[in-house]
This record gives sequence, structure tokens and C-alpha cells, in this order.
Amino acid sequence: MKCRVCRGPAVIDVRRHNANFCVEHFIQQCERQVTKAIDAFGMIAPGERVLVAVSGGKDSLALWDLLVRLGYHAEGLYLGLGIGEYSDESGDYARNFAVTRGLVLHEVDLRRDFGYDIPRASAVTGRVPCSACGLSKRHLFDEMARQGEFDVVATGHNLDDEAAVLFGNVLRWQTEYLARQMPVLPAGNGFPRKVKPLVRLSEREMAAYCIVQGIDYQVEECPMATGNSHLGYKEALNAVEDQSPGTKHDFYFGFLERAAAGFRQGLTQDASALGSCRDCGAPTPGDRCAFCRLVERTGGHHRTQDPNGASPGSETAVVLGRRERS
Amino acid sequence: MNVRLRNPSRIVQVHGGRSVTKLLNELGLNRETVLVVRNGTLVPADAFLEDGDDIEIRPVISGGAT
Ligand code: SF4
Ligand SMILES: [Zn+2]
Ligand SMILES: [Zn+2]
Repeated sequence: MKCRVCRGPAVIDVRRHNANFCVEHFIQQCERQVTKAIDAFGMIAPGERVLVAVSGGKDSLALWDLLVRLGYHAEGLYLGLGIGEYSDESGDYARNFAVTRGLVLHEVDLRRDFGYDIPRASAVTGRVPCSACGLSKRHLFDEMARQGEFDVVATGHNLDDEAAVLFGNVLRWQTEYLARQMPVLPAGNGFPRKVKPLVRLSEREMAAYCIVQGIDYQVEECPMATGNSHLGYKEALNAVEDQSPGTKHDFYFGFLERAAAGFRQGLTQDASALGSCRDCGAPTPGDRCAFCRLVERTGGHHRTQDPNGASPGSETAVVLGRRERS
Repeated sequence: MNVRLRNPSRIVQVHGGRSVTKLLNELGLNRETVLVVRNGTLVPADAFLEDGDDIEIRPVISGGAT
């Protein structure tokens, strides 16, 4: 196989684009796809401060790398979820990435800073771990964005993730979710803008990007993910994709272009201004936010210290050896 | 050739050269869901793998729903 651009030997075939690429032109292709997504959806304006949600996996590290390559000011935030060995290792990957590139990585550790972890939260709420995990992530990324004066939070959701979520929402006609499934969530009500710059790139391309860029990432999966329906949807979509390359892209982008607006019309806009959580100050419709209620249910505590570098303006380089202390 | 698979991590022995596509078909793997790395370098679908090669088949599908 030859590179579509230079006719040199290819390292990857991207069937969706009916194209093969050498290392150099594959990296260029990834940059182009991210730029295209950022421009098409107005994700990040030049000069804005970006907070990248970093998990130590391929997508978030590739995203961080690509944003920095494209000239954005991007700092990372890693959350220690307390999911056994998986969390210990993922933190190491995130830290190593930041250190070798001289990037700023902020860290929040659920156990150290709030006295709970995801398995405990799942046990006390009686719900799947991903539910407490998602709530914690949303809250803590929003909070860091507010405190660190970031304009936007970027997550590593790729084409496969978005197509799988769309598939799940369509299978159950979850019209509220369909109305909100956008690659950009605008800022408002005290929440930062949320963007997904990898929506034009597949999971396979993100793993390939890490390999050719020498980015060491956590290949092992979160043990909480096994058997969840999200994985089943991905598998189903990939079976179709194998027969008919480009299906995932057409499914997702066809939805955005031709169907999403219709679902948004039915969305009830809650115009009432939000108050502030009495414990943490986060915007919330009630008296206390869902996160503070979760922390209380787990028997956890309020933040014991400011997250590493959270105070506005202070840029702290990554601190090594956190894990040993916790 | 030594073929390293993940999740769970294991090594299988495959004898005789063959293309990446053929190997993946034999192992029942969807090529959308994996990458093939030969002696540390990413290779495309038509690469011919030889007996002495060290092959890693890396899954690329992540499961988190948030
Ligand atoms: S799989 Fe679920 S529990 Fe694990 S990191 Fe992802 S959202 Fe959290
Ligand atoms: Zn090339
Ligand atoms: Zn709160």
C-alpha cells in the first residue's frame, strides 16, 4: 500500500476515506480532521485556554498532543478515580506524557481530595459505576474550568464514541438525549463550553496516532466497562463498518446535518437562572449540587486541599510521586 | 511468528508467512477494531508477515460511556 499523498510506503489504511498514509501524512491527516471539526463547529477560538480531560488512554492523550501541535494553549486535568490498578496505571501514563512534553497537568484524586472512590460511590448509590463516574467527571472538570479560568473543556470522544451513543439513543428513541448530542455544548449558566474535537477521527485512527507519535498510553480497559451496552453498540457498528466503510461517519454526521435540529426544537429550554451550591458554589437548580450530595452519601468529605494548580493563574508543572502518597 | 493479543494479554504461535488481512481473518478479528504492529512498527492491511516477526495485535475499542 502506498501513501495517498507521497506514494511512499503506507503504515495505515483508512478504508473510510479509501486512503492509505505514511507516518508523516497520517499525522497531517489527523491534524486536518481536528482543524476541520474545530472550525466547522466553532469549538475553540484562537487564544482561548483549553482544559483537556485526560484519562491516560489513547484518545485523551492524542487529543492533547494534537491541540498543542495546532498551537492551542491546552492544559490537562487527570482524575484519580480509585479503580484499583487501572487508575494507578492510567495516572502514570498521563503524568509521563505531561512530563516528557513539558505540559501542565492538574490532578484531582477522589480518595485523597474527597474521601471516596468510584467503586464506593457505585455501591452506595446502587447504580452502575459509570453513572457516579460521569457525574464526578462533569462536576470536577467544570469546577477546574471555572477556577482555572479556562474557556473550554475538551474531551477525547471520537467518531466511534459518538456513533455508539447515537445508536443507543436511537434504539430507544431517547429524544431528550438526541436533542443534546452535539459536538459542542455552549457555555452558559456558569458552565464552560464543552467540545469534542476528535469527532471526525475513529478510535482506530487515534490508537494509530499514538503509536506513530510514540505516545505511551494505557491499552488496558477500565474493568468497570466490561460488558456494558456501549461496547455492544460499538461492536454492532463495526460489523456494519467492516462491510461498508464510512457507515459510522455517515450515521453520525447525517444525524448532525439532517436530524439533530428537529430534536432540538422539542427541547424545553429551562430559562430559570441557577443558584449556587451552598457547599461548593457550583451552579445548581437546588440548594446543593448532585456532586456534593454524592460525596455525602459515600461518607466522603469536602475538598481537603486545592487541586494541584487550581488557583487561577498559578501554573504548576505536573507533580510526580502523587500515587505513593495517596 | 509470535502474535501478542491483549485483553486478556496472551501470545499465540502462528506458523508460516501471511498477510495482515489473512491473519486477522483467521483469528476472527474485525480489522476496524485492531491495529497490527510488526517489530514495533505499525503496518497496513497488505503487509506480509514473516515467520520470525514479532507481532502485536492491539485492540482499539474503549468502553467508557462518559
Ligand atoms: S468505564 Fe465507566 S467507570 Fe470506567 S472510567 Fe469509564 S465511565 Fe468511569
Ligand atoms: Zn506520505
Ligand atoms: Zn456542590
